[in-house]
Amino acid sequence: MVLLGALVLSAVWTVLTARLLRSAAGLAITSAILTILMFQLSAPLAAVFELSVGAGLISAIFISTISLTHRVTTEDLATRLKERLHRYWLLPLILLAAGVALISIHFVLDVNPPALPAENDVRIVLWKLRHLDLLGQIAILLAGAFGVVTLFKEWKNGQ
Amino acid sequence: MGSELSQFFWVFTVAIALVMIAGFYCLLLTYNLIRALIGLELLTKGMTLFIILAGYITGHTGLAQAMAITLIVIEVVVIVVAVGVVVSVFRHNRSIDVRLIRNIKG
Repeated sequence: MVLLGALVLSAVWTVLTARLLRSAAGLAITSAILTILMFQLSAPLAAVFELSVGAGLISAIFISTISLTHRVTTEDLATRLKERLHRYWLLPLILLAAGVALISIHFVLDVNPPALPAENDVRIVLWKLRHLDLLGQIAILLAGAFGVVTLFKEWKNGQ
Repeated sequence: MGSELSQFFWVFTVAIALVMIAGFYCLLLTYNLIRALIGLELLTKGMTLFIILAGYITGHTGLAQAMAITLIVIEVVVIVVAVGVVVSVFRHNRSIDVRLIRNIKG
């Protein structure tokens, strides 16, 4: 419960903070809290993935991109703060309203437990039942690598 | 299903919905391309947690983890390519503010 609150708060901070670097750090914190929640929901392997990739790799990518693209002066920051306050003040109100509205719904979950005992070892599920997923993952990784190579190639020709 | 499990599920769902609303809001209102990607990240994080939650509730934790891992891989590839596009936009326009990027006006 506390962790869920922390998750929402860090997500809101990620959106509201004016500096991009702090925003990237907020995303990493959100990811770390998500990892703890996934551990509690008995999904350790996915949690480790989320921690290493979500909190580690993606923050590194974001921070290096910010350092590549972003130059900010203090005057810039002051004007941006004012502008952001103007645009983002609605978010806490919307979240509060949505939270109250959703909590007040009396939701009854209607799920039947699986008829057969489910195969719960993620290694067996991943390698035996969902092996086509792995092919898809490899394909999408190659597509991503190809995309990045294409982008870099364009720069080399001086376009 | 017991009402306790229902309540557990609903509390998680509300938190996930709030995270996703924050992500959507960021995506809709921002002018900065990197911040738009951060909003997209928040959306996928909410979805990952929802898949894991669904696996926990129905008892298929292995399957849910396999799905979540696939989602994480796709998320990383999408972010890497999108960041490459953002850097290339910056090199062309010297800005990542969408109001200042004139040459992609349709």
